[in-house]
Amino acid sequence: MATAAAHRTTAEAQAAEAERTAAHEAAFDAAVAADERIEPRDWMPDAYRASLVRQMAQHAHSEIIGMQPEANWITRAPSLRRKAILMAKVQDEAGHGLYLYSAAETLGTGREELLDKLHSGRQKYSSIFNYPTLTWADVGAIGWLVDGAAITNQVPLCRCSYGPYARAMVRICKEESFHQRQGYELLLHLSNGTPEQHAMAQDAVDRWWWPSLMMFGPPDDESAHSAQSMTWKIKRHSNDELRQRFVDIAVPQAEALGLTLPDPDLRWNEVRGHYDFGAIDWDEFWDVLKGNGPCNEQRISQRRTAHEEGAWVREAASAYAAKHGKAAA
Amino acid sequence: MNRVPATAAPAALALGDDALVLSHRLGEWAGHAPVLEEEVALANIALDLLGQARVLLSLVGDEDELAYLREERAFRNLQLVEQPNGDFAQTIARQLYFSTYQELLYGQLAAGDGEFAPLAAKAVKEVAYHRDHAEHWTLRLGDGTPESHERMQRGCDALWRFTGEMFQPVEGVDADWQKLENAWRESVGAVLQRATLIVPEGPRGGAWTAGAGRQGLHTEPFGRMIAEMQHLHRSHPGATW
Amino acid sequence: MTHSDWPLWEVFVRSRRGLSHTHAGSLHAPDAEMALRNARDLYTRRSEGVSLWVVPSTAITASSPDEKDPFFEPAADKPYRHPTFYEIPEGVRHL
Repeated sequence: MATAAAHRTTAEAQAAEAERTAAHEAAFDAAVAADERIEPRDWMPDAYRASLVRQMAQHAHSEIIGMQPEANWITRAPSLRRKAILMAKVQDEAGHGLYLYSAAETLGTGREELLDKLHSGRQKYSSIFNYPTLTWADVGAIGWLVDGAAITNQVPLCRCSYGPYARAMVRICKEESFHQRQGYELLLHLSNGTPEQHAMAQDAVDRWWWPSLMMFGPPDDESAHSAQSMTWKIKRHSNDELRQRFVDIAVPQAEALGLTLPDPDLRWNEVRGHYDFGAIDWDEFWDVLKGNGPCNEQRISQRRTAHEEGAWVREAASAYAAKHGKAAA
Repeated sequence: MNRVPATAAPAALALGDDALVLSHRLGEWAGHAPVLEEEVALANIALDLLGQARVLLSLVGDEDELAYLREERAFRNLQLVEQPNGDFAQTIARQLYFSTYQELLYGQLAAGDGEFAPLAAKAVKEVAYHRDHAEHWTLRLGDGTPESHERMQRGCDALWRFTGEMFQPVEGVDADWQKLENAWRESVGAVLQRATLIVPEGPRGGAWTAGAGRQGLHTEPFGRMIAEMQHLHRSHPGATW
Repeated sequence: MTHSDWPLWEVFVRSRRGLSHTHAGSLHAPDAEMALRNARDLYTRRSEGVSLWVVPSTAITASSPDEKDPFFEPAADKPYRHPTFYEIPEGVRHL
């Protein structure tokens, strides 16, 4: 009977399709296990693709939202040397946002769509940027602690399984090496300066220390995406592992600065070979993440306004290109 | 840093203040540009100008003392460069007017054998790129959509009255000012025409006989600009950063 | 025309004379002239290049990963294309 034949054909086609997917999956798993890179047009599991787009987008959003707290001080930078450094740094952040949006676009999601998701709150950025920069010393604390934590997170991403993301991270890490150093140098100068400058530096470190530790994300047993991301080698180390690494690096750096860290439980643990540190206030973390931070509204609204007010400029350039036959496609 | 002879100091201050103030205004765009690529472009221009300002001010004295501790009346920059950013079209109009002027002026200085020849030779390459950037955007905004055309024309018109001051001879600058002005009018006129814009016709200077920026007479927004710029530095007398 | 979404361009940078252009990344621009300028600002701001190419991403035709085997495997069993395939008596020079 014709229908039976049709059924058989459909069933055969489905079986063949399943076999192909299984073969693809095996090849993908083998490539990841062998530390090979996955490239844009390779077959990849849908969840891997979704997870990467989410992570790269969030990373890109963090770069461009992260421009705001520092740009807040460009017009008040207290010396021309510092002003040049700060402008170059904020510019780098725009550049890094661009590299990361490009990497995300290799998976077929356009920048316009990603920006739209940021503006409408459907995609997140790093919560650290929802804290305000109240004094000049905050620029230093961001460079030392926030960029320091970011670098700890990012260096392993240079070996991430997805090629375009890994390549973007190599470029970003190379460029960011000056970011942390300038922050540290800025704080060192303040710490060794007048009593007022020293107090300004200490106050900034007091305010930025805990939020910086939160940048590594929730503890491993509460982290939603961690385990799968580790298997896929999108992520290379657990949140707690990286957080510990950061604390171990930062404590002696704080001592060299002549500044204290606001944690009475911070002490060297001979047995573990690591610093013990106090409990992180995860309620604050989740609250800021949900939108209750001191600057969530302000950051998104500035971003949205810049984008909306720039629409006529982008349209004008498109119109000009169309009129003069210069459009790409 | 080698200081210039006292006769060249007014020139270094005038050119240095132009670069310092325009760099500051462009720095205000950070985080507000219409597209990410333009964040990077505007910051590049701001950084070039800040670099020029630092070299020029250091020829006269300590760069930070000059930038942060002078009163408004002691600044010698053109009123044009201190004008608020406005919309992107107004910023581009300011860029077009100023970078065309700066490129022509530095071109003349680089060709001469005066105090500023080596500095001008380096700066003229940077400035040529600034002018190129301004021209490309003037064309796209002028000949883009009806809205962008209107905004660009408005920006050009609004700033026109600050352009006459550029050709007032600056003490210690060995330039042919008449030639400079003719070349500027020709160059800007050609760009505006290609951009389907009308070359503004109004007066190119104020009616105030006391002068303008080169005499230390500025517009009201400038006072607030330097108040913001100098506040932190002045709050900690004697501190270094 | 009211669309503000600029097309994507691929950027290739020659890092110094004598080397070929290498893919550096991508960016958005309304047209080729602006793409070149954006590429200059973004990808060579630390003196990474002496020459730039920009190509509309849509203009690139890529080999498909599914055709990887027929495309690239046949080349693997032809070692005689490489100089190390040949044995030369010791002491013979300039070969």
